[in-house]
Amino acid sequence: MTLVAERPVVLVESPEPEHEHGPSGLLKWITSTDHKVIGKSYMITSFVFFLLAGLMAMLIRAQLANPDSTLLSQHTYNEMFTMHGSLMIYLFVGPVAFGGLANYIVPLQIGAPDMAFPRLNALSYWLYLGGGSLMMMGFLTTGSAADFGWVAYAPLSNSINTPGAGPDLWIVALLLTGFSAIFTGVNLVSTIYYLRAPGMTMFRMPIFTWNMLVTGILILIAFPVFTSALVLLWCDRHLGAHIFEVSGGGVPVLWQDLFWFFGHPEVYILALPFFGIVTDVIAVFSRKPIFGYRGMVFATISIAALSTSVWAHHMFTTGVVLLPFFSLMSYLIAVPTGIKFFNWIGTMWRGSVKFDTPMLFAAGFLVTFLLGGVSGILLASPPIDFATHDTYFVVAHFHSVVMSLVMAAFAGFFYWYPKMTGRMLREGLGKATFWLMFVGTNVTFLPMYLVGLKGMPRRIAEYAATDGFTTLNRISSAGSVLLFFSVSIFLVNALVSWWKPVPAGDNPWDASSLEWATTSPPPQHNFLRIPPIRSQRPVWDHNHPEDRIIERERPRLGGLVASANGGTVLLDEVGFGSADTIETRDPDR
Amino acid sequence: MKIESYVFLFVGFFFGLVGLVYWLLSYEDAGSTMLLGTFLLGSVPGFYYFWWSRRMSPRPADDPKASVEDGAGVVGAFPGSSIWPFVIGIGATFVALALVFGAWTFAVGLFLVAASLVGVIYESRRGGLV
Repeated sequence: MTLVAERPVVLVESPEPEHEHGPSGLLKWITSTDHKVIGKSYMITSFVFFLLAGLMAMLIRAQLANPDSTLLSQHTYNEMFTMHGSLMIYLFVGPVAFGGLANYIVPLQIGAPDMAFPRLNALSYWLYLGGGSLMMMGFLTTGSAADFGWVAYAPLSNSINTPGAGPDLWIVALLLTGFSAIFTGVNLVSTIYYLRAPGMTMFRMPIFTWNMLVTGILILIAFPVFTSALVLLWCDRHLGAHIFEVSGGGVPVLWQDLFWFFGHPEVYILALPFFGIVTDVIAVFSRKPIFGYRGMVFATISIAALSTSVWAHHMFTTGVVLLPFFSLMSYLIAVPTGIKFFNWIGTMWRGSVKFDTPMLFAAGFLVTFLLGGVSGILLASPPIDFATHDTYFVVAHFHSVVMSLVMAAFAGFFYWYPKMTGRMLREGLGKATFWLMFVGTNVTFLPMYLVGLKGMPRRIAEYAATDGFTTLNRISSAGSVLLFFSVSIFLVNALVSWWKPVPAGDNPWDASSLEWATTSPPPQHNFLRIPPIRSQRPVWDHNHPEDRIIERERPRLGGLVASANGGTVLLDEVGFGSADTIETRDPDR
Repeated sequence: MKIESYVFLFVGFFFGLVGLVYWLLSYEDAGSTMLLGTFLLGSVPGFYYFWWSRRMSPRPADDPKASVEDGAGVVGAFPGSSIWPFVIGIGATFVALALVFGAWTFAVGLFLVAASLVGVIYESRRGGLV
């Protein structure tokens, strides 16, 4: 790793503690405001929720493997699919991205010493942990955990149809995690706006950081609506407010409006971080700059903007929404998403692609997300939606999408695990994880499209042998077993790297963004020195001086500058400093 | 600071436009109100950033030719470690429990949150010790 020019950063440190050492052990973890510690806590906690939700999914698949199954009671089945969805959406896919990976990686990618508000960041985590625990506490109540589906539609969610403490715990848990997410959004936007290193202009930030900025703004748009809707729902249940109840002059569909105004942007709050991971991973493992960098940024912003104007496409069958408007806006999202696909392929085109595990997961993401995305375009058409609404076709659609995001999350884990721990994960086990997950995902969810088209409704605990759903459901259940083994192998991989570490060095992937300029794991406040930032790939510029790519002043032609290097050009004569100021340190290999 | 302001201004512009079109096509209250709120969420900070971006000189982070040394000086105050976020988190969780069970946890939670607020303020004065 080569670095030049010590960064003379003066941090206003708190006065030295009287004791020579700070707190240690458990107290150190509890009192830490370091974004790296908080990010890791987020990742581990959300992964635990992922495993719990995965076990619930296994139970659901076991129940549906046979017709007229009596493995779970109807009531338990309702709890299972509700909590599976809630844990996965609210407590895993979102928090692992904006609380975990982004928290850890974004300050490193922009050369910042920490997040802008470290204590607020810590508060986000504790609210998230408290909320997650309360939601799980529902299983311990005398009634049951929440069982009204992860969308909690009125009037099913009122105090008559779903009485008890479990649903209430679900509501207050999401209040807590809602605030947690809002704080994280504030933190992300402020960090990216105010703590970038000198020379790290907006259009030099890695796409992951750009996407996290847009995700942060999207969190600020979406989560307050949901959090206040939950307060209204609580008032309905406890104070008899009749906001979502016809009996008191309320409007049940209002809940759907409020929920989906949050719920659809939420889908992109989940997706955009993973788009960012995939973009960075593809560029690194193709050993090329990102193709169409500005196009990527533009596409991210357009996707985010459009995603907030399509909420009612989840409500086509209510009959009270403006079909043409929401249908058109939904179709429009396909355009920026298509631009992203084009640029991902353009980045790989004529690059020297290395299929290490992160790149395999990124490729798996492309395929699976394409399936989920194309079926989403079908569902944007009201006539098709009328026919398939609340069938397994919809379930298959969003599971294809979300499983592609899970693959992208694993791409991120494998890509950044060396940075976060200083150890490599094993390639062989990683590839086994990938292939089992890729095959398992498609074996599990592709039959659901078919069984949905045959008319199987979602959220039913039983079906009859004469319905003709049996074979397809058995294939699905077999696929879920593959997914179970895939995740188990990942856990084994983590344990193996823990017991028999293979040191990673600072930059095992020969990557290009700033987080690879510091040690693995990074020291307190992240950087001892920062390399000069003269392009989108500061670390690459240093490690490959033969290949110096310097940003050129963009010519003012009034049109888009689209060069193969994404608006960059080779300039050999521009130096960063003479060779004797370059210090070389071998990775610990 | 310019591009930062453009991002928020775009949010304001887009949702102003979409909100107007949506209102004229549907006269639906809930969605139009939320789109209006989103328009404000984008345009208020957007104009604030824009107003500042025209009055301040570019920061080193905005300057493509800035060297690392240009960032010398105070980056910011970063508290070392603090127990209070944890205590606020516990307190808020207790308050949330009280919303479900209507029980004594409310008093405990409120006390923890209030105590932490005092703690955080004094911690900021002393400078970020545990």
